[in-house]
Amino acid sequence: MSETTAHAQSQTAHAQAHTGQQHPIRLYLFVWGLLFVLSAASYMVDYLGIQSYLRWTLILLFMMLKAGLIVAVFMHMAWERLALVYAILLPPLLVLVFVALMVSEADYTIFTRVAFFGAGP
Amino acid sequence: MAQTIETHDGADLRPAGLRGVAADFSSDQRAFKTASWGKAMMWIFLLSDTFVFGCFLIAYMTARMSTPVPWPNPSEVFALHIGGQDVPLILIAIMTFVLISSSGTMAMAVNFGYRRDRRTTAILMLLTAVLGACFVGMQAFEWTKLITEGVRPWENPWGAAQFGSTFFMITGFHGTHVTIGVIFLLIVARKVWRGDFDVERRGFFTSRKGRYEAVEIMGLYWHFVDLVWVFIFAFFYLW
Repeated sequence: MSETTAHAQSQTAHAQAHTGQQHPIRLYLFVWGLLFVLSAASYMVDYLGIQSYLRWTLILLFMMLKAGLIVAVFMHMAWERLALVYAILLPPLLVLVFVALMVSEADYTIFTRVAFFGAGP
Repeated sequence: MAQTIETHDGADLRPAGLRGVAADFSSDQRAFKTASWGKAMMWIFLLSDTFVFGCFLIAYMTARMSTPVPWPNPSEVFALHIGGQDVPLILIAIMTFVLISSSGTMAMAVNFGYRRDRRTTAILMLLTAVLGACFVGMQAFEWTKLITEGVRPWENPWGAAQFGSTFFMITGFHGTHVTIGVIFLLIVARKVWRGDFDVERRGFFTSRKGRYEAVEIMGLYWHFVDLVWVFIFAFFYLW
C-alpha cells in the first residue's frame, strides 16, 4: 500500500517534471523585444547602405543572435537535456561542409564561364 | 550502477554535461530522457526540414556566385513607393516584424497552455494564426508586384536570370510552410478551445491522450518557420 502511494507520488513528481518548460512571461517578452531590436538593426544595415565586409559581418552577427534566441528560449532548447541538443544542433553544421564544396564548385563554374564566353553569359 | 537503473524518475540524479550525453545514448532505453515521443519526433522532422532549406539556400548561393551577370539589388527590387519616395525593403521588414510577433504570441500561448489557461491559450494561438495569415497575404502581394514587373523563373528586367527561380522557390516553400502552420494552428487552437487537453480526449489520428504539450510541439513548428525566415531575410534580402 505504502509502495503504491510512493509510486503515485513519484508519478506526480514525474508528471510535474514533464509539464516543465514553465518560465516567467517576462523572459518571453524580453526575448521578443530583443528580436525586434535585432531585426530593426539588421534592417538598418540595409537602410543605411553599409557595404562590403562590414555589411556581411553585421548581417551574419544579427542573424546568428536572432536564431540563437529563438532556438534557445522560444524553442526551449536551453532547458533540454544535452543529448537532444547535440542530436539536433550538431548535424546542421554538416551543411557548412556542403557550403564549402559548393563555393569551390561555383568558383570553378564562373571561371569556365568567363574563360569560354567572355564577360557575358 | 545507480545511473543504469534509474529509468523514469530522479531527473536530478542524471549526470549532466558530456557524461550525461553518453549515459543517455547508451542507456538501452529512450535516449531523450526528458523529451516526449511527440516532441522528439517534431525536432527530428525540423532537423530534416533544416536540410531542405539548407539545400535551397546553398543552391541560391551557388547560382549567385557562378553567374557573370550582375545580381539584381534586392534593396531596390523590394522597395515600395511610399509618400513620394522609395523606401528600401520596407515590405520585407514589416513581414519580418509580423512573423517575429507571431512567434512571440506563440511562445506566450505555450506558456499559458502549461498554466492550463484554456481561453488565453486559444486566443493567443488564434492571434498567431492571424499574424501568420497576414504574412502570407503580404507575400502574395509581393509576388504579384514582382510578377507584374516582369519577374519570371527564367528572366527578370534587372540582371541574372536565376534571381527569379531562386526567389520563387525559396519564398514559395517558406510561404507554404507558413500556410501549413496556420492550418495546424487552427486545428490545435480548436482542440484547446474545446478543452481536449483538459479532459485528455484522445486524438483522431494517434488515439493518444490529449495533453497541453501538443501546444508546445505546435510551437516548435511555428518557431522553426520564423527561424527559417531569419536565414532567408539575411541571405536573400539583405546580402
